[in-house]
Amino acid sequence: MTTLLYDGSFDGLFTAIFEVFEYRYKDVEIVSRERFYQENIFAEIHEVITQNEKAERVLNKLEQNIGKSGIHELLKVFLSEDIELEQLILSAVKQSIQHPDKNILQNYADHDMLKISKIGKSVSRERHRMTAFVRFEKMQDDVFFAKIDPDFNVLPLIRKHFKDRYQDQKWMIYDLKRNYGILYDLENCDFFYPDEKLDLQKYQQKFHDEETQYQTLWQRYFTRTNIVERKNLKLHIQHVPRRYWKYLTEKN
Amino acid sequence: MNFERLKEKLEILADAAKYDVSCSSSGGSRKNKKGALGDSSASGICHTYTEDGRCVSLLKILLTNHCIYDCAYCVSRSSNDIKRAGFTVEEVVDLTINFYRRNYIEGLFLSSGIFKNADTTMERLVRVAKKLRLEENFNGYIHLKSIPGASDELMQEAALYADRLSINIEIPTESGLKLLAPEKNRQDMLNPMKYIQNGISQYKDEKKIFRKVPKFAPAGQSTQMIVGATNENDLQIIKVADHFYKNYNLKRVYYSGYVPVLEDNRLPALTTAVPMLRENRLYQSDWLMRFYGFKAEEILDPNMPFLDLEVDPKLSWALRHLHQFPINLQTADYQMILRIPGIGVKTAQKIVSARRFQVLTIEHLKKLGAAVNRAKYFIDFTAGNIHLRHLTDINLRKLLIGGSTSKFQNQFSQQLTLF
Ligand code: SF4
Repeated sequence: MTTLLYDGSFDGLFTAIFEVFEYRYKDVEIVSRERFYQENIFAEIHEVITQNEKAERVLNKLEQNIGKSGIHELLKVFLSEDIELEQLILSAVKQSIQHPDKNILQNYADHDMLKISKIGKSVSRERHRMTAFVRFEKMQDDVFFAKIDPDFNVLPLIRKHFKDRYQDQKWMIYDLKRNYGILYDLENCDFFYPDEKLDLQKYQQKFHDEETQYQTLWQRYFTRTNIVERKNLKLHIQHVPRRYWKYLTEKN
Repeated sequence: MNFERLKEKLEILADAAKYDVSCSSSGGSRKNKKGALGDSSASGICHTYTEDGRCVSLLKILLTNHCIYDCAYCVSRSSNDIKRAGFTVEEVVDLTINFYRRNYIEGLFLSSGIFKNADTTMERLVRVAKKLRLEENFNGYIHLKSIPGASDELMQEAALYADRLSINIEIPTESGLKLLAPEKNRQDMLNPMKYIQNGISQYKDEKKIFRKVPKFAPAGQSTQMIVGATNENDLQIIKVADHFYKNYNLKRVYYSGYVPVLEDNRLPALTTAVPMLRENRLYQSDWLMRFYGFKAEEILDPNMPFLDLEVDPKLSWALRHLHQFPINLQTADYQMILRIPGIGVKTAQKIVSARRFQVLTIEHLKKLGAAVNRAKYFIDFTAGNIHLRHLTDINLRKLLIGGSTSKFQNQFSQQLTLF
């Protein structure tokens, strides 16, 4: 058994996969350094140094076999932070190299491919919910600020959506759990990684003057648009699971 | 901005608009221009859900609930003693923009009671859309409710600024409309619809020749029917919907179970429950017509003019057409797989993909997301299927009903006594 240690990045993972083929390893596991505990003391350790060209070579080859959308599926598995993500992606690459003429991801009868498709679905669902449930709050400095802490790391998947939508206002979406965010300043729309956790103390005092007014208007609208005769809380919670309520202005 | 007054108006005018169901924002596509606000994509986003479980994607309000008409089923009708209010054009624009900027909504759905006359009202609605587009650079979704009897010129303008237009035909049958809304006539509703339909097809032709033709109601038209306020049957309703899909190219027909809000001897009593299961069944039929290739006549026939309340329309069709089953998953064409109860569009597509790799078993089917407890009676696997012995059983229907309960069952129990 050989354990390949990589730096936890997408390119790092694909460098590791390249090296699995390069060194013709048979029995391997790929683990990110952060997650690695040396339990299996008999394992041989292979340290992977991320090299973009190696990663590119695997990705290019893959793209020929499973297309851009296939790569996107694998990216979603990566962002799911699932404990099996490395093993699943490796399995997909191996199978795809064996059957270059088929889109192996569509073989839903295979255990690993079905799992990839399921994870992809969950990640997409959360991505979609984030485009819906992000609530911006206007701050004194005219930045529209939103806090999130999704189960999966979907921030990279929603950047384009918000970038296309809000071009004439400054905005920021911040992942409290993973401690990074996206900032759009009317020019650029980039990720940022603060050294320390953002200080959200006295957060509401930094609201723009009108902010609470619009929040109230929205809450009133939400209440009044409900049809009491048709109340169906079970359905409501199915659509808006409780764990998202903390994002929602209308639920607070 | 006087927020207190605005809050009061919003409460009144959101409340009055809430029974209108045609709020879907799907089908719009308006790319954001550089530096502007908003876009609308093909699949609209539901930003939240009301406690009754309906999606909220648009700010849905009336411009005003003043109305010169007196339609029996409507809360805004002139003889009803309620608080009245009206927004200014600026107020609607301000609410839309500020809600949109906070990611509460995909856009605006603006309807109105009729004040003075059709054109005055329509003109005001158009002014809101125009201001949003031209002054605020807004590219989010706009749905305007057209006013019956509005002039062609105003409809033309409306279509230039709105994504979708709709006129509610409200009551499925002409006689029902006569009874409940004697001042309205069907032709006034159909004319603007026809005008927009012609405009849309003309736009499509011109688009082929000139690249830069201004968009014309790009998300098409829809309409809504109230169900259960008069005594039409489901076959009539589906036929009307089918007629609109075919002859007016409507994008959607919505069904709204009548919520009794007014005492009137022409209407079901106030204590009557909302016919939710019936509404649900109608949507299921609609779905079958739009995505599963079913024709209206296949879903119901004159001998059976009401939808089966115990089983959904697809299962009901299957039970009436047992001779078409079992279906072999490995060889049947996609259209037929779609007709198997318990298999939806996505699962059907997956089946067609996966069977190229291997012979499918019932275990695979489970994993692919089919409702196997239903589907298993209708499918022939290459390896055989023990459940098929039930296919000829007269108790098959019971067997199937035993395994499922509708989430609307309870709410519906009262309604059953209506028929
Ligand atoms: S015209 Fe419209 S708003 Fe006026 S009473 Fe009839 S349905 Fe209601």
